[in-house]
Amino acid sequence: MSSNGPGASLQEAGAAPALIGSNGDSLREAFGKALSALADEFPTLVVLDADIAGGTGVHHFRKSHPERLLQFGIAEQNMMAAAGGLAATGLIPVVTTFAVFCLRAVEQARLSLAYTQRNAKIVASHPGLDVGPDGGSAQALEDMAAFRAIPGMTVISPADPTEMALATRAILEFDGPVYMRTGRSAAKRLFGDDHTFEIGKGRIIREGHDLTIVACGVEVARALEAAEMLAGEDIAARVVNMATIKPIDAELLARCARDTGAFVTAEDHNVHGGLGSAVAESLAGSHPCPIEFVGVKDVFGASGEPEELALIFGLTAPHIAAAARAVLARKRACA
Amino acid sequence: MALNLRSITEDAPRSAAETLEVQLAAAAAFVRKHTIASIYHAGSGHPGGALSAADLLACLFGAELNFWPNAASDPNRDRFVLSKGHAAPALYAVGAHYGFCDAKAALSLRKLNSKFQGHPHVLDLPWVETSTGSLGQGFSVALGMAMGLRLQKIPARVYTLLGDGELQEGEVWEAAMCAAHHGLDNLCVLIDYNKLQSDNTNSAIMRLEPLAAKWRAFDWAIAEIDGHDIGEILSTFRRAGASHGRPSVIIAHTVKGKGVKYMENVPTWHGSVKLSREQAEEALQSLGATRPEIKELLDVV
Repeated sequence: MSSNGPGASLQEAGAAPALIGSNGDSLREAFGKALSALADEFPTLVVLDADIAGGTGVHHFRKSHPERLLQFGIAEQNMMAAAGGLAATGLIPVVTTFAVFCLRAVEQARLSLAYTQRNAKIVASHPGLDVGPDGGSAQALEDMAAFRAIPGMTVISPADPTEMALATRAILEFDGPVYMRTGRSAAKRLFGDDHTFEIGKGRIIREGHDLTIVACGVEVARALEAAEMLAGEDIAARVVNMATIKPIDAELLARCARDTGAFVTAEDHNVHGGLGSAVAESLAGSHPCPIEFVGVKDVFGASGEPEELALIFGLTAPHIAAAARAVLARKRACA
Repeated sequence: MALNLRSITEDAPRSAAETLEVQLAAAAAFVRKHTIASIYHAGSGHPGGALSAADLLACLFGAELNFWPNAASDPNRDRFVLSKGHAAPALYAVGAHYGFCDAKAALSLRKLNSKFQGHPHVLDLPWVETSTGSLGQGFSVALGMAMGLRLQKIPARVYTLLGDGELQEGEVWEAAMCAAHHGLDNLCVLIDYNKLQSDNTNSAIMRLEPLAAKWRAFDWAIAEIDGHDIGEILSTFRRAGASHGRPSVIIAHTVKGKGVKYMENVPTWHGSVKLSREQAEEALQSLGATRPEIKELLDVV
């Protein structure tokens, strides 16, 4: 007989293998370590796992707080709705799985977490083309669109490990349902110890007056690279790290519209429904101006290393720079 | 069916248990009448599965749940989740009978600005515990509650009522496996097994049998009962409370549309249906309502 209950998975806790592709500095690793570090401060925090703790980074939490790691097996719909029940008893459930499997349980998140305004968090690893070799079936390019369309759902996609740790604290302090993306691959460190994070606030991380590049997740590092390339052509691109996709920072976008008059959005997601759409919706009402969208152009992904896929599907720094030139030409034509 | 056979007279001495059964039968009758009245006023709704669940709901609220209107947010309360959310009229009626909401207000079922939506919503009525209507989810939420209570060492129990058609949702079996794996003996599932679903019989749409064997294979403690026999429901609740180390399931055999002769065992009355004045009156007569009672229920504004 195998043993019952969450304790059954604990014996293997120390034996988790190194995460392939993460180099120990991925967003998922940063998330898992942050959760573990915050557990004592948030005694009502419980973590829900669907047999992929080693993939989502919560094996760190399993090791430090085994009694609070709740095993749901490979059954995401039940896990998602059960989080609503756990939250109803006063706990803070953090549902963890891959982004593509969150899509499987969107309706559970809608009814049992959002419609009910539960204080539950969904943290999705392996979003977008960043998944890499697992291929198109595993690459969620629609998750931000789906969760953004749910009333009351906050959607977050941090850019680097430092920001990930800050965002993990922020979602635990925040009262309400949240969907947050982590990431599979090794992430570039962009921010120092003085970095701060606030839900609903974008941050200008590079100044510029010709146009604004608004990015989230892995595309923030590429946006900074693109801005550097553009600087060599005397184009001053402002870069905004828009870590919260919903609620979008409309005030900052309006300011950037007044200051620069043109936008490029960049995201590891379908161009439909994610960050680009959120930016366009926000600007259309108050400050309409030209926007170019960098993202996956309404197709599915494929196997390959993340950098290879970024090149083929148009997510690299040169792609962002090309979009910047295009939007500048449109801006000048309007003027 | 014991109640129908028992002769109850004013002067006959009654045990406490008999008195309780009479009270619960009265509660179930109230639930059925208010279900018909509220669906009549709404112009739509699902009568069949609300009527079949009336006795189970009356027994839960009247005798089993440690859950009172003046302590509806007590962390130590028992929880009830109506996973078959389309039976909302019956839930509202039983809530009204036991003081969780106003009976007249509950007749605003499905109307604009009413807190009594077509399916229960916890932000409108906190005592319904969670919002349901998408089949399968209430079961998972109840499971999460049972898990959360156990983690916090709160001895309360969690009950959830599922429809039989609902068992066709894959999520139900995810939850069934999970509850048994975690040994959630504070969780009790009731199945309103009326054999009919939206379009036809269960067996024609998607066979459920052998149903008890399925739950047994998932390692649940099982009871199979007559879901209209109040004495049997009560004694089964007592046994379900003692299923150490395993969650319990009560498969309650019921009659869809129970109490309204022209609805009984007819799938069409699953709903959502519109009841004419004549149909509503006939249904209430069938349920034993008096003329003044019928007038009061149907003429209320």
